[in-house]
Amino acid sequence: MGRINIEKLNKSYANRRRDPRRDDDPLLRQGDRVNVLFDIDLNILDGEMVCFLGPSGCGKSTLLRIIAGFEPPSDGRVQINEKPVKGPSADHIFVFQHSGLFPWMTVAENVGLGLRHLENRQERHEQVSEYIEMVELDGFEHHYPRQLSGGMQRRAELARALAVNPDIMIMDEPFSGLDFLTHMKMREEVVNMHAFIQKTILLVTHNIDDALIMGDRIVILGHSPTRVIMDRTLDFPRPRDFEKSSELSLLRSELFLMMGVNYAV
Amino acid sequence: MITKVRKIGAKKPHTHLMPFLGFFALLLAWDVLARFSGWSREVFPGPVVVLVSMGELLADGTLVRHTVASLFRVTVGFYLAVGLGIPMGIALGMMKNARSLINPLIQFLRPISPLAWIPLAMLWFGIGDPPAIFLIFLSSFFPLVVSTTIAVDGVNPTYFHVAANFNFSRTEIITRLVIPAIIPEVVTALRMTVTISWLVVVAAEMIAVQSGLGFLILDSRNALRMDYVMDGMIAIGLVGLTLDYLMRQLGALEAASWRKMTH
Repeated sequence: MGRINIEKLNKSYANRRRDPRRDDDPLLRQGDRVNVLFDIDLNILDGEMVCFLGPSGCGKSTLLRIIAGFEPPSDGRVQINEKPVKGPSADHIFVFQHSGLFPWMTVAENVGLGLRHLENRQERHEQVSEYIEMVELDGFEHHYPRQLSGGMQRRAELARALAVNPDIMIMDEPFSGLDFLTHMKMREEVVNMHAFIQKTILLVTHNIDDALIMGDRIVILGHSPTRVIMDRTLDFPRPRDFEKSSELSLLRSELFLMMGVNYAV
Repeated sequence: MITKVRKIGAKKPHTHLMPFLGFFALLLAWDVLARFSGWSREVFPGPVVVLVSMGELLADGTLVRHTVASLFRVTVGFYLAVGLGIPMGIALGMMKNARSLINPLIQFLRPISPLAWIPLAMLWFGIGDPPAIFLIFLSSFFPLVVSTTIAVDGVNPTYFHVAANFNFSRTEIITRLVIPAIIPEVVTALRMTVTISWLVVVAAEMIAVQSGLGFLILDSRNALRMDYVMDGMIAIGLVGLTLDYLMRQLGALEAASWRKMTH
């Protein structure tokens, strides 16, 4: 189960700028604090793949880090399966923007991190190989992360996250820095994986196309302080294609416009 | 003009001879200087004289005995420093509160040369191995604590998030994250400190003990045997070279070289 309830979530930081910006938006600045997230309300269903879009620096990552338990909210509450988030846990695994693989461990050792509780070595070994095969990294078990290409590192990290069997997977720009083809393939893999395991996936991206192709739902966050400016469920069948579905294509243009791009090409 | 282009990384077949060439040039210069400086062989012995007297010292076992005595002190003092300094560095690196308490003390004690401790060391530990070992300990302990603390501090914070995400226990954070992450830096620090402690042992032996290479040099000076003094110096250099070589081998271990590992 991976149901998330977010109610009246606020996050503000102490203002460390000596010379505060000259805009006197009362929401942005309250005394010496800077608001990052403002009154966020979201209900995420079990098994939903939610894509978060928004301009850079808008607080998407902060929102995800709060859900993951790395940072406490300033106000409001975040509940996962009706229980408040108290800190990081193996139930909700965060996949980092830049590689979070331990570089001193081989791929197999990294994937095995989530399976430490298994006493039986044989069983653990089998499960590790299973997840490595799932992301098609068989043959690279004993390689160190730095010996892998960027795309392979992401896949290894995905395997490590899957091996824990978490209720929720949180991905912060999982495709950034990948070349075009690897990006496309990884995207496809995540969609297939989601169809297969049916876990709740939260995914931050800059890429509107990624969100449209992948998401069961798109949440768009506005600029500082961040509010939800659009929350939309996408019930288009998969595989999705802008050229074949005019409705999808229309939505795409609408999103581009919302994000400040006038002509989506 | 034609410039020969050689493939980068391709070693010339005779590259491994280069260090020997350096030593040979040094010997040659030394010999020339000794012959033409006008000083007597008692004051400035040439390489041949020194080599012959080294044969004497090797034959009666003196040189080996003194070298072993020095090595013993370095080993004990260095291991003590490693055994206490690295855990302390890890603790200071992980506990920010303890650091603000202890770090100023360390920074205060660190610049005091171990040699300044000689009078106190002799008073507290008497004559013999203990004061020398204490001085070696001091010389390596502080650098090791400081380098280890800095190394722990430099561990990518993402890894601690990952550890929390995978429900690491406190022990696991140390054994599976912090220690493997800092090994490359710690190996470098060990390489530096073993040289420092080898420097210090010779100085310590000139005061507090009746054995060791430092004592050999001091004793030979009193006997006006400059050739023996030079034998002692050569032995110190050779042992230093060996220690550095051994430490470098440590750096080649798989655990220490993950940082360099690419394709």
